[in-house]
Amino acid sequence: MELTGERVREKVLAGERLDRKDGHWLLVEAPLLELGALANEIRFRRIPDKRVTFVIDSNPNYTNVCITDCQFCAFYRKPGHPEAWTLTVDEVLAKVESAANAGATTVLLQGGHNPELPLDYYLTIVRETLRRFPQVTPHFFTASEIQTVAKVSGLAFTDVLDRLKEAGQRTLPGGGAEVLSTRVRTRIEPKKGGPDAWLDVHREAHRRGFKSTATMMYGHVEDTDDVLDHFDAIRALQDEWGGFTAFVPWSFKPNNTLLEKWITQHKGPNAYLRMLAASRLYLDNVPHVQASWFSEGKKAGQIALHFGADDWGGTLFEENVHKAAEYVNTITVDEIVTLIREAGFTPAQRNTEYEILRSY
Amino acid sequence: MHLADKKLEPIWDKVRHEVRLERDDALALFETDDLLGVGRMADHVKTRREGDRVYFVINRHITPTNLCVLSCSFCGFARKPGQAGAYEHTIEDMVAMVKDETREVHIVGGHHPDWPFEYYERMIEAIHQAHPDVQIKAFTAAEIDYFWRRWKIEPREALTRLKAAGLRSMPGGGAEIFSARLAKLLKYTGKADPERWCEIHGIAHSLGIKTNATMLYGHVERLDERVDHMVRLREQQDRSGGFVTFVPLAYQEAATRLVPRQTPPADSLRTIAIGRLMLDNFAHVEAYWVTLGEETASVALHFGADDVNGTLEDERIQHLSGAKTPAGVAREQLFRMIRDAGKIPVERDALYNVVKVWN
Repeated sequence: MELTGERVREKVLAGERLDRKDGHWLLVEAPLLELGALANEIRFRRIPDKRVTFVIDSNPNYTNVCITDCQFCAFYRKPGHPEAWTLTVDEVLAKVESAANAGATTVLLQGGHNPELPLDYYLTIVRETLRRFPQVTPHFFTASEIQTVAKVSGLAFTDVLDRLKEAGQRTLPGGGAEVLSTRVRTRIEPKKGGPDAWLDVHREAHRRGFKSTATMMYGHVEDTDDVLDHFDAIRALQDEWGGFTAFVPWSFKPNNTLLEKWITQHKGPNAYLRMLAASRLYLDNVPHVQASWFSEGKKAGQIALHFGADDWGGTLFEENVHKAAEYVNTITVDEIVTLIREAGFTPAQRNTEYEILRSY
Repeated sequence: MHLADKKLEPIWDKVRHEVRLERDDALALFETDDLLGVGRMADHVKTRREGDRVYFVINRHITPTNLCVLSCSFCGFARKPGQAGAYEHTIEDMVAMVKDETREVHIVGGHHPDWPFEYYERMIEAIHQAHPDVQIKAFTAAEIDYFWRRWKIEPREALTRLKAAGLRSMPGGGAEIFSARLAKLLKYTGKADPERWCEIHGIAHSLGIKTNATMLYGHVERLDERVDHMVRLREQQDRSGGFVTFVPLAYQEAATRLVPRQTPPADSLRTIAIGRLMLDNFAHVEAYWVTLGEETASVALHFGADDVNGTLEDERIQHLSGAKTPAGVAREQLFRMIRDAGKIPVERDALYNVVKVWN
């Protein structure tokens, strides 16, 4: 074990790519703090100052109507369900406006897979957001929503990307990846397609000059090999176009979901720190790793800054998906600045593409 | 071990070779940016001593009264007679609070203006008689000292009588921070001073009563005052040997506003780690999850802590219990914290006898 640790350390410091055997050591065997210390060392090689970035953002939803029936989701309702809702374009823009008024520079808009919504609905939201709130970056629609829009409109998903680009969109959120392993996706989201359903959209988006994030929702039915499949897929795609800005893992929140009864041990802060540190080391071509105060707790977020993370995520003025799983957490810009400082780092506000807007 | 801060290397040499750390070493550990380096050294010591074991106890806290003659600045709990929220439990109430599945009952309260020493003696006796298998851990050195101040009962006599009544061990509270500067600043000069606190623990140890030691940090103390505190505890342990566990207590900011926020988790992790490294003659170091929060306590199990305290049953947990026993629910919460860290939960009693290894 000690020997593997030394080998991984030497490879990492020499800038050599880690293989799956090394990845197994990171995810399973490495003593947590040895792993964290190495991830932290690499973080400071990449970002030499103590800067930790955050974004002022909001995470509203336009519909909870969805036909995909993912077992981990507490948010969606089937079409026709009494609790199903869909916002009009104006209602969505009112949410963007309220985020903009609160200082948001990013709005991460996502929703269910609603078969009733035409392409124009999406394009109008993008255009009107850019026209009325030029200070806001429309960070809209995850890969599976783009696949849905394509099916509903009878277009190829690449056409949908082209149309979104024409409308002015330049970034995509990374949600909907879950764990990019055929086995896991078949088990928890059989109607969403295999890993390629997500990867293809990001590949084609990157080819068109979009930036996006890569996420991972772990802590359900995945095993170590599934996580390594996910890491390998992200790293290989990043080699192609370099379009991922950050890797953002978070733990599954089981309440009110079909998957709940299968969860024996909730993945807590130690599992999270291990995932972050491992991803920092394995994903050698992804520039940023995000500490998710939102899903893991503010204290775990602060600790994560010592385990290789260099970004604090966003303010998330509005959030409904975790809320549906009875998980609620809120924060202000002042509190973010305080938390980052207290942890011994220098806060800096960034935009969607991780460019610094303001240093504190 | 590859340490990011090379200044820690001589300290690591000492730790590896089990050489006692000095005051300056502790200060260097507090001042370095290499938080995980400090943690790794402490984890090395913890693992050498305990492997992957992490202890917990099914316990119950009882606070007989919040009436207190003192006015310590950091305390949000104490009340004066007649003040709203003041209470006094009867002995019958307290006996009824203890359930048979409880292994340890922890009794600490205010310095009551009038209760005679005999009331405390009867309290211990009644709980012990009703629940002979429950180990009673009661009264801080500050309270024992108060029995002298108020009733002129010498600590040796008080502890001898309490032991005869059924007391098994003493909690480590009332130590606060061993500093004359802070005692004056935070108005706890009316309390057992460091010499007296240590003297009383020494007497307890000589009577065969095991005790714990706390340190209240994260308020207005300086880092060198934390180090002094640890050094004093270590010296007392060299003399009397009866301390079992070091319990660093993160100051709870909400109560009294000495500071606007609780000290950040990195400071707590570091303080626990330095406690493990400095207190080489203490068997255990605790991550007290109630004040740290579950997340930090769980991570602290990689920073030298080998104990998370206990289930701290109270009415709320009992109310939420449903079909399961209250202890069962609380146990699962502790298992989650311990297992997330990849450690093995070991249920103990107040004296660290192993009740069950929960593999």
